[in-house]
Amino acid sequence: MPFYVSPAQVMRDKAEYARQGIARGRSCVTLQYADGILMVAPNPSSALHKISEIYDRIAFAAVGRYNEYENLRKAGVTYADITGYQFDRHDVTARGIANWYAQTLGTIFTDQLKPFEVEIVVAEVGAMPADDQIYRITFDGSVTDEPGFVAFGGQADQVSAVLKERYADNMSLSEAFAAALAALSAPGNGEYTDAQLEVAILERARDHRTFRRIRGARLEQLLSESRPAPAAEDAGDAGASGSGEGSGADSGSGAAPGSPGSGPAASSGGSPGSGSASPSAGPTGSTGPADSDPPTGPAPGGSDRGSGLGGGSPL
Amino acid sequence: MSSYFDRSQSGPFAGDPRVSGWGPGPAGGSPSGFLGLQTSSFTDFLTSYSPGLLPGAVPGRSGDGQVSQVVRDLPHATTIVAAVCDGGVVLAGDRRATAGNMIAKRDVEKVFRSDEYSGMGYAGTGSLGIEFTRLFQVELEHYEKMEGRSLSLEGKANRLATMVRGNLGAAMQGLVVVPLFVGYDEDAGLGRIFSYDVAGGPYEEQRFHSIGSGSLFARGALKKLYSDGMSADDVALACVQALYDAADDDSATGGPDLTRRIFPVIATITVDGFRKLPETESEQIAEQVVRERMSLPDGPSAPLRNGG
Repeated sequence: MPFYVSPAQVMRDKAEYARQGIARGRSCVTLQYADGILMVAPNPSSALHKISEIYDRIAFAAVGRYNEYENLRKAGVTYADITGYQFDRHDVTARGIANWYAQTLGTIFTDQLKPFEVEIVVAEVGAMPADDQIYRITFDGSVTDEPGFVAFGGQADQVSAVLKERYADNMSLSEAFAAALAALSAPGNGEYTDAQLEVAILERARDHRTFRRIRGARLEQLLSESRPAPAAEDAGDAGASGSGEGSGADSGSGAAPGSPGSGPAASSGGSPGSGSASPSAGPTGSTGPADSDPPTGPAPGGSDRGSGLGGGSPL
Repeated sequence: MSSYFDRSQSGPFAGDPRVSGWGPGPAGGSPSGFLGLQTSSFTDFLTSYSPGLLPGAVPGRSGDGQVSQVVRDLPHATTIVAAVCDGGVVLAGDRRATAGNMIAKRDVEKVFRSDEYSGMGYAGTGSLGIEFTRLFQVELEHYEKMEGRSLSLEGKANRLATMVRGNLGAAMQGLVVVPLFVGYDEDAGLGRIFSYDVAGGPYEEQRFHSIGSGSLFARGALKKLYSDGMSADDVALACVQALYDAADDDSATGGPDLTRRIFPVIATITVDGFRKLPETESEQIAEQVVRERMSLPDGPSAPLRNGG
């Protein structure tokens, strides 16, 4: 190591490092809709989550290195539970948690040799849409208030541009989901099936714990409701992909990447005749936890989880 | 935790875990003090983070071990009844808290939801009971959020036993609180009851159980009224009869207050989750019991010989 490196250079290098790590993965999207807040992230694993509950009306979503943001998630849950216990459940706010994350990430960025390659969103659903809050905290501890919607991680600029176009106040859940899907598909990773998405909502009207994951049959239904809109210009494909999604195998979708014929077997939804990229051609293949990306980033650092969210391939 | 970014081995802050940001941190907590926790138990975390927040964190012993007058004058809550019904379990509690010979509170709620498939009631010092209930609720929820799954019913019962055990020091100074824990076992499809003593437990109880100063009378009543496989409605009625009998013989247990409309709190836990009966329903049951007692003050009598 050199004898002297200017602090400015150290900080710049750290920031660059973290930014690159976050940009390597996939984006995640959070947006408000009429009855709450929706969070969508591409995630081939059903056990390792990017989106989680923190408290009654507060949820957490993250991109980047899994073990780092999982650690932060658990710490955030602990902070929320202890605040709620010491004072009252109503005294736990997204603002408090976001500030705490900012403090923590800022300290880590300054003190540690390697910054956390994570970007976090903390969202809170209020009694009314005007009371909803979405905060984004970056790797160096900067917090921003993101009213309405936010896209982060991966190619955030592209995703954000599409999301901004598609977003409107007071959308229904299907409309919001369609907007989220369209935005996530913008960088050209292809269409997503239900097995490749992690979806969760904070439902305004629920008592006590408002966080709900959307998966299985409910996710398939949401996907089929939202499908026709973005594919309107390819009318023939819309029909084929619609039925493809509807036949929804809930596991092992995309099992046959090169499957010929437009029959029902192609549950990955891309009819071969069209130009749309089939999702199974994407890196994960969804055939099982072992088929993850070859590790691309810096090697060590706890990539024990084989589902592709390990340290080697930040998603 | 990974050591390649742990600076605690060298430099001016060597060995100080607070500065390197890892570890639970001292009471009061450093900003990064929650990172790297090894436990999913909220109670264990609280013990290291801020033990003063634990229930019954009593400042010091009174020296000769005798129960001081201050503690004797604290409100005490009484008589909780639990009984297994078809497809679940029913938990009911009276509404009175007494301090010595005075009624401290007429409308105490002693029966609470711990999580979707379990609940608890407490008997003993009222304020400690409330703290226990809150801490246990947070404990179960915290575990679920950290681990991504709920504890098993036995796991929950064991955690509660540990909490009760942790209160033994305070109990020996007179701050006694004892819970009654019930839950719906999703795997077995049955309701289950767990009781505790001051030093922990749990003891699994069959069919029905009761705790508190009126528990002897309540248990005696349930002995004659209870039978296996009763519906939730019938068991709720039997529990209210039992509480009425407890109130009849124990001054520290309160019967239904028809003038003020204060009735026992009744909750059922079945495959549909924890459900506290709304006031209108518990009112109906209580009024039915009182009406029948007008003609039969000792309540329904059991047949003397079986198979008659």
